[in-house]
Amino acid sequence: MSRSTTGTSIAALVRKAELRRERRLLAIAAPAITFVLVFFVLPIGLFLFRSVDNPEVHGSLPRTLTALHQWDRTTLPDEQAFAALVADLRALRGKPELAMLARRLNYDVSGFRSVIIRSGRLAEQGLPPYRKWLIANEPAWGDVTYWGAIRNEASPLTDFYLLAAFDLRRLSNGSIAPASNENALFRDLFARTFWISFTVTVLCLIVGFPVAAVIAHARPKVANLLLILVLLPFWSSLLVRATAWIVLLQDEGLINQALIALGLIARPIRLVFNRIGLTIAMTHVLLPFMILPLYSVLRGIPQGQMRAAASLGAKPVIAFLRVYLPQALPGIVAGSTLVFVISLGYYVAPALVGGPRDQMIGYFVAYFTNSTVNWGMASALGTLLLVIVALIYAALARTIGLERLRAQ
Amino acid sequence: MGSGRIFRVSLNAFVALVFVFLVTPMFVIVPLSFTSVSVLIYPLPGLSLRWYWDFFNNPLWTQAIRNSLLLGVTVSLLATALGTAAALGLTASRSRFKPLIFALLVSPLVVPVVITAVAAFYFFSALGIAGSFAGLVLGHTILATPFVIVTVSATMQGFDRNLIRAAASLGAPPLIVLQRVIAPLVWPGLMSGALFAFAISFDELVMALFLASPELRTLPRQIFSGVSESISPTIAAAAVVLVAVSTGLMLAVELLRRRAEGLTAQASTS
Repeated sequence: MSRSTTGTSIAALVRKAELRRERRLLAIAAPAITFVLVFFVLPIGLFLFRSVDNPEVHGSLPRTLTALHQWDRTTLPDEQAFAALVADLRALRGKPELAMLARRLNYDVSGFRSVIIRSGRLAEQGLPPYRKWLIANEPAWGDVTYWGAIRNEASPLTDFYLLAAFDLRRLSNGSIAPASNENALFRDLFARTFWISFTVTVLCLIVGFPVAAVIAHARPKVANLLLILVLLPFWSSLLVRATAWIVLLQDEGLINQALIALGLIARPIRLVFNRIGLTIAMTHVLLPFMILPLYSVLRGIPQGQMRAAASLGAKPVIAFLRVYLPQALPGIVAGSTLVFVISLGYYVAPALVGGPRDQMIGYFVAYFTNSTVNWGMASALGTLLLVIVALIYAALARTIGLERLRAQ
Repeated sequence: MGSGRIFRVSLNAFVALVFVFLVTPMFVIVPLSFTSVSVLIYPLPGLSLRWYWDFFNNPLWTQAIRNSLLLGVTVSLLATALGTAAALGLTASRSRFKPLIFALLVSPLVVPVVITAVAAFYFFSALGIAGSFAGLVLGHTILATPFVIVTVSATMQGFDRNLIRAAASLGAPPLIVLQRVIAPLVWPGLMSGALFAFAISFDELVMALFLASPELRTLPRQIFSGVSESISPTIAAAAVVLVAVSTGLMLAVELLRRRAEGLTAQASTS
């Protein structure tokens, strides 16, 4: 009791109380933190790991890999390697790992899948000398390409999927080369995704800037009403809005009807399930994301400044460029970044209103997950998408500062 | 002066056109849901409620409505509990890790949903809960909780902590302070967070595409598969209902937000 009267121990007590308080507050937030870590961060981490994960050959063909360790890659492996392969295949009999191994090796050499499946079935009846017996029954094993593929995928980690996402592949001698033509689709995919997002961002800016400016400088009552008109579509789901656009833009839809009635076209033109429809629908969906941040920045620009510039003799265009635009810049950057980043990750809108040639990265992440169950490729594309999104947000935070933006 | 007026008129005309662009899709789909024929064309040949009748009676749709409502309520309860607690703890905290923890908690907002959904599908498959109601609840809660945290934190920003001290110094035990001072002030924020979470779950499609089994089809999932085949007026009716629900919810959120702002301002001035 007497010690607490001295200055230092009071400070210590305060610090202790403060620490206890902080611990209590953290305990209140702990369930949410745990939830996010377990059901969001962990799944994403595990999923992203699939882009470098290479468990199939490493896990399923351990004996073969040991036997191939000293192999020169040019001549056919010796009897010991063949015996090891037969032993590994026997161990895999009836297990799902056999199909996974077959699918994995097929990514490297097309046709490898059926070789593995057939050999897996044969292995049971195999008799030494295995080399002669296996080649007699499955001639593919007489070709070093297949053995080379196994040797190449020996490592539990791989850059195969990430390279493939850049339309590259690793040759058996370790060097990197362009992917074969039928596999070279991802650079196109990334270019297309960027281009669609860029177009939508520019359109949103052109269309959204005047709207944000008018709302920002309108009388409060009018501004409130206009804001609600912006928010109303914002509140209804993307799915419903995409549906509405399909109805509007289809061949017998209102837009085509109107264009025909006006005599501008003779027959309906294709406006949906292509790039036009996708661009219109995405611009519509993302426009509020441009208008709202722009509005909050433009609202802070004093109207008097433009009048002052005019009274000092500046032409309206000059006043706009020199006085208004520089102050609007944070809003333009924030709105454009937001629209661009959100469109990069779009999946539902292209799937609904786009055509087969308008699908973006998100679609292929879903496609590799659902249709081909190629987790490695889904993860590699997902990883790249996530890295791009993170870099853009980081650059935004760097240039204008998120805090400053929030303050406005 | 002439050119200035021309500029102003053309600016206003342009902005008016943009507003037409913004609201047209909604105004187009609402009348179509009342059409008397099975094709979506204008002018409407006649009016009828048959598509709404179909929507509320066809087992395919009623099942989806039931799933979505049950899911929305469960997600709302879970997300509100997690999010409100986190917001209360974090706003009061003076830790230097506070911004980092906050960023972690709202990070599901910045990750593209398709990635979150595929990752959840991957993880939940390993746990054996992909395609189950529990999995879908967890998936939606991931997306909804950040909204609760942001909404409740916003309410707490205007919260004058002196009120708690004042109550305590007047002899109120902590539980009474919570009940009489904190709860009434946090209540509107909590309610709007809960409504927000419900709205997120009710509208959500991508998670449902990956995590819902056929029996667990939600309303957006059902609309999606309808749109992918051919759009019937029942889908228009379903879309109108979906929009009506989410617009109603968001208006309620907005009203609650204003009420909360009023309350906290009042409480700290009076």
